[in-house]
Amino acid sequence: MNFKNSAELTELYRSLQIYYPKFFKMDNLSKLGFLAAEHIFNACTDLQSAPDCTPITSRREPVEPREDIAVICFNRSASLDIDTQYQKTIQDNDNYFPSPSLFVYTLPNIAAGEIAIRNKFLGETSFYVTEEFDAGQMVETVENAFSDTSINAVLLAWIECFERKVEVFMCLVDRNSKKSCIFTEENLKYLAINIKFA
Amino acid sequence: MANILGTNIISSLGFTTEENFQTVKSGISGVKHYDAGTFGLPEAFMASLIDKEKLNDSFSELSIKNSYTGLEKAAILSVFDANKQANIDLSSGKVLFIFSSTKGNVHLLENAVSEQVCLWYSAKQISRFFGNRNTPVVVSNACISGACAQIAAIRALESRKYDNAIVVGADFLSKFIISGFQSFKALSPELCKPFDKDRKGLNLGEAAATVIFGKQNNSRIQLKRGAIRNDANHISAPSRTGEGSYRALKNILQNIDKGQIAFINAHGTATPYNDAMETQAIVRAGLADVPVNSLKAFFGHTLGAAGVLESIILMKALYGNLVLKSLNFSKQNFENKINISTENHFSDKKYFIKLLSGFGGINAALLFEKR
Repeated sequence: MNFKNSAELTELYRSLQIYYPKFFKMDNLSKLGFLAAEHIFNACTDLQSAPDCTPITSRREPVEPREDIAVICFNRSASLDIDTQYQKTIQDNDNYFPSPSLFVYTLPNIAAGEIAIRNKFLGETSFYVTEEFDAGQMVETVENAFSDTSINAVLLAWIECFERKVEVFMCLVDRNSKKSCIFTEENLKYLAINIKFA
Repeated sequence: MANILGTNIISSLGFTTEENFQTVKSGISGVKHYDAGTFGLPEAFMASLIDKEKLNDSFSELSIKNSYTGLEKAAILSVFDANKQANIDLSSGKVLFIFSSTKGNVHLLENAVSEQVCLWYSAKQISRFFGNRNTPVVVSNACISGACAQIAAIRALESRKYDNAIVVGADFLSKFIISGFQSFKALSPELCKPFDKDRKGLNLGEAAATVIFGKQNNSRIQLKRGAIRNDANHISAPSRTGEGSYRALKNILQNIDKGQIAFINAHGTATPYNDAMETQAIVRAGLADVPVNSLKAFFGHTLGAAGVLESIILMKALYGNLVLKSLNFSKQNFENKINISTENHFSDKKYFIKLLSGFGGINAALLFEKR
């Protein structure tokens, strides 16, 4: 995903032709996660991670809540992008205006929460921080998340957003693809190198 | 399932698990009033703060290196003390460090933006102090991080890649964090009153806490399982139906004799919405009769440390056949009533449940068992 400023994110949002005004309240980290998830689920009309799993279709219709999908995100800078903006509002007591709408985004896991709200995912949402795109830890974390037997699919994301550096990688891993060995550290590394993260 | 081999708590109430537990047992709170000007804040606040002089003194007995922040020093001291009981080789490749923090060293932003602010940097400082070369896991899941870190520990042990997992949770307060909660109007001007009809909000607290988990089979308390669920409702307001918390509870209660649950330790932040939401979840899960307590009036809300610190106090209570009282509670106003514990009392039942909820609509439930 190319990104120069938040105006460009708005353009990407418009190109989706959806109505979701909450998008405009989000910080850039959440916007990036939101947009990537929309693209994934638009492309994915046959999410059949288990036999009893109904496919996600008609994305514009209200979706049924699902507890069997987890959202697991990683990045390097956590919410530093918004942390530095919030810090400016409290740095100087003569110009002191801490804003709750900014403060709430000083938690990176809000980005995972926004995806859960949009898609009515009631499963696990988690946010992990690593020094770099760490395919090994990402694969391990997703595999371990399937130990929760009610989880049939994991939406895995790397969403990094700080200063000029923006990286978004997202994939949907279902329980079966774990068995078919497609979701491996080597494959994830290969993808990351090709999109020039690692 | 993971066995508990060693624990430590560093807070306003003491620098060991035992000191903290005894103080809680005797009903003493670590929450105090701090005047405007503390941390450079324009307003006064109530909080539970770690004695920084004592922290520096204790750390200098352990190491002469001075390249650590207060948060890192507390976390390192905490791991060191917990390992006095566990006595494992922390530098081993079979040991995984899991760090839980919401804001880590965010106060450093007052001076400059640097790598030191990043959570992975603090985690590395801690694990490298003990000579551990594995990449530490860093959980940043707002206020439920401490539960997520313990769930990550069970999973790491079950994957058979590791023999031990060191879960360390730590958060320190600063102008950044307190001003944010003040802007939300979430702070109570007096000692917080979890589940009370007149509750006015939360108190914040500082802590570092460690649990050392292992496969070794000689511990009396085990973390049996845990679950994380999202409300999928709102980023800063909890679900009115307690959706995520209820579903996390339902998950951990599978095949469990509810009659054997000694108590539920709620998140119980004493904000109007949180406590009402948890009450809903507990009633929906069919646990309205089980004694419920909150430790927030003892320690304040210690953010990323809360799930670790509170679990440790309750492990001690379960081990000692004790249900702790919920400090500073007098009267409920909910339609659906739950059984708030008002006095320390005896119970030799074998389970307790730890609940946590946080911004981002996230909820966690942990089930501990005494053998």
